[in-house]
Amino acid sequence: MIPGVSLIEILTVSTLMFFIGVYGFLTRKNLITILMSLELMLNGAAINFVAFNKYLYPGQPNGQLFALFLIAVAACEVALAIAIVINLYRKIKAVDVEQVNTLKH
Amino acid sequence: MEKIIFYILSAVILSLSLMSVLSRKLLRSAVYLFGVLTAIAGFYFLIGYHFLGAVQLTVYAGGIVVLIIFSILLTHEIDHQMPTPEWSRVAVAGALCVAGAVMFIQLLQGSLFSRVEVPEQSDLNTLGNTLLNPGGGGYLLPFEVVSILLLAVMIGAIVIAKQRHSVDNSSQEKQAP
Repeated sequence: MIPGVSLIEILTVSTLMFFIGVYGFLTRKNLITILMSLELMLNGAAINFVAFNKYLYPGQPNGQLFALFLIAVAACEVALAIAIVINLYRKIKAVDVEQVNTLKH
Repeated sequence: MEKIIFYILSAVILSLSLMSVLSRKLLRSAVYLFGVLTAIAGFYFLIGYHFLGAVQLTVYAGGIVVLIIFSILLTHEIDHQMPTPEWSRVAVAGALCVAGAVMFIQLLQGSLFSRVEVPEQSDLNTLGNTLLNPGGGGYLLPFEVVSILLLAVMIGAIVIAKQRHSVDNSSQEKQAP
């Protein structure tokens, strides 16, 4: 563990980071910035896993493995989202969520 | 010393993520996100998980941010300014987030996590053995599921982003006259 730093301080940082991500997710309208806010939220969750692993169960690598799987799934998600964004731009020349209604009609 | 580094890292993480969410320039916002991810890798190094920090650096800061910047450059002008969001939306989202953060931090202050004093053995050997262990407590099945997921995502991304011939023809006909 980090000497002099308690678990609660790390959890506070990750909580603030998660809610900054939620704020961006709610206010932004561009698909790419929504994706970036999602990355912030995922990273806050990963910090939580790692901090709990280090402070409460230092003998096992389970939290580390959860963070690894989280990174892999985030990479998958970003790859698919970028493909969708590029295809969308090719179709309607915009990536704003308010102009995307091609599935509605 | 580690305490000071931790405080610097958390200040960098929080300020850069706030700037990444608030900035109106798209490319600048992506660069701030890069800073946040690098600072998180530094946090993993500080806490002693070197492999995880290296993976964070290579996959997140090296791969995902490059993908995001590529997509920004492909779909926007380089100094694209986003419009400011409406005040009502900002007020509602800000109030929700502040309320949620205050509630969670309040909950954290009341909780007592008992610190366990176990001899640490977080070397790469235990990590790899647990990851590829088919027995109890092993993670072989999730590992294989993630590999199938990666394959499916690769095929899916190619299929989605592939240029279709009908669309191609119609756009060329439109551009011709």
